[in-house]
Amino acid sequence: MTETGPSPKKRHSLVTRLWHWLNFASLAVLFMSGLNISNAHRFLYWGQSGFDASQAWLAVPRFPGWATIPGYYDLAAARDWHILAAWFFALGLLVMWAALLFSGRFWREMRTSPAEWKPSAFARSIAAHWRLELASSGSKYNFLQRVAYGAVLGIFLPMMIVSGLAISPGFEPAAPWLVDLFGGRQSARSVHFIVTWATVAFFAVHIIAVLVSGPIKQIGDMITGGRDE
Amino acid sequence: MSNGVKRRTALAGMAALFTGACAKVAGSDAGSSLLSAAEKWHLAAHRALANRQALAREYPRTALDLNFPANGSVTVDSDAYRASQATGFADWRLQVGGLVETPLSLSLENIRKLPQRTQITRQDCVEGWSAIGEWTGPQLSVLLDAAGVKPEANFIVFRCADTLYGSQYYESVDMVDAYHPQTIIAHALNGQPLPVGNGAPLRMRIERQLGYKHAKYLTAIEAVASFDDIDGGQGGFWEDRGYQWYAGI
Repeated sequence: MTETGPSPKKRHSLVTRLWHWLNFASLAVLFMSGLNISNAHRFLYWGQSGFDASQAWLAVPRFPGWATIPGYYDLAAARDWHILAAWFFALGLLVMWAALLFSGRFWREMRTSPAEWKPSAFARSIAAHWRLELASSGSKYNFLQRVAYGAVLGIFLPMMIVSGLAISPGFEPAAPWLVDLFGGRQSARSVHFIVTWATVAFFAVHIIAVLVSGPIKQIGDMITGGRDE
Repeated sequence: MSNGVKRRTALAGMAALFTGACAKVAGSDAGSSLLSAAEKWHLAAHRALANRQALAREYPRTALDLNFPANGSVTVDSDAYRASQATGFADWRLQVGGLVETPLSLSLENIRKLPQRTQITRQDCVEGWSAIGEWTGPQLSVLLDAAGVKPEANFIVFRCADTLYGSQYYESVDMVDAYHPQTIIAHALNGQPLPVGNGAPLRMRIERQLGYKHAKYLTAIEAVASFDDIDGGQGGFWEDRGYQWYAGI
């Protein structure tokens, strides 16, 4: 057993592993309580205000009890879960980003080069990915993985936090510009909803990727740390 | 297809397990105190990040929603209220009492003669919608100063004429929000006397918090040391039904 070696030999660092599971649990609570909150008013608007179905750009379907926290309609309890999990989610992401930047792992493992973004190279990456040639040369993650992880860590997850803060009437006096950034409170609420589903889409692809690349080993590695090959 | 159904059943099963675990957590003492602690973290963070007097955004007249929605209680179902409404609320009194040096009893006429503040603000309902209205009335701080709030008072309780699901509506704020410049007792919406659906003749505006804090059909303002002994003890009608007392989230 060489897995007891120092952390650089591990495929996933302790911080990554702890964050991964804390993040999974908080996102699950946030998502399911969020669906309960969505059921309270199922219409989305653009701009500052909006209160009537006739103003809505989207009528959201009602989410069933098995998908929500609690498992029945309870806006008060759902909000309690949502605002508690938000702290674990936001602080966890902050720690993860600090670790990625201070350890230099962001630059080492997640940076892409301009050459990789050329249309021909991009197409080759997608074709290789489609044939499940997941190995990459030089870097720990292949190009599409780096783009996906970068987008989720750098755009989707921070956007969830920022758009959530922009919906909060008590936070707005501290940073009114944040609400302006979205074009109004109801726009921020719409963005909160859209980025949720973008994150769910990533989650679905992520699960498929784990399933096709040896799920037992992948999940095991995310618990024990695995070995760097 | 049976595969799809199975997968969906499995997904629902996993979700149900998770929801069940959450119910267990919420039911335990530690879990429920953790859930209510988060509300206090948000309040502390908001108070630390923004000046205590920082204003909620005010809008130009072009942003007004002229058909401002009414929800929750949309009237007071009593003969006394209907009789008062018939006289244009000429007999309506607003009491200011509790832990004050000089209790007051004000008519609408008295309230309209006080220095007025007009503000165009956005109301955010806990359900998720928002509407922008123009509200006019005296600042609560003017009334509290006139009555002389005693030092032992920690909260201001708002008493209302309306009932919801058979219980009297009420609300409360702490002294930071009570003395906030945008905390006014509104008697007008969009330049007109307050419509019945929006709380005629008087309602609170607590602009940095959600709609349920903005008590309607206001009859009395009471300074108290604690709201533990009022109704459910959670500081408001919706708070007694599980909603957060700090509604700035």
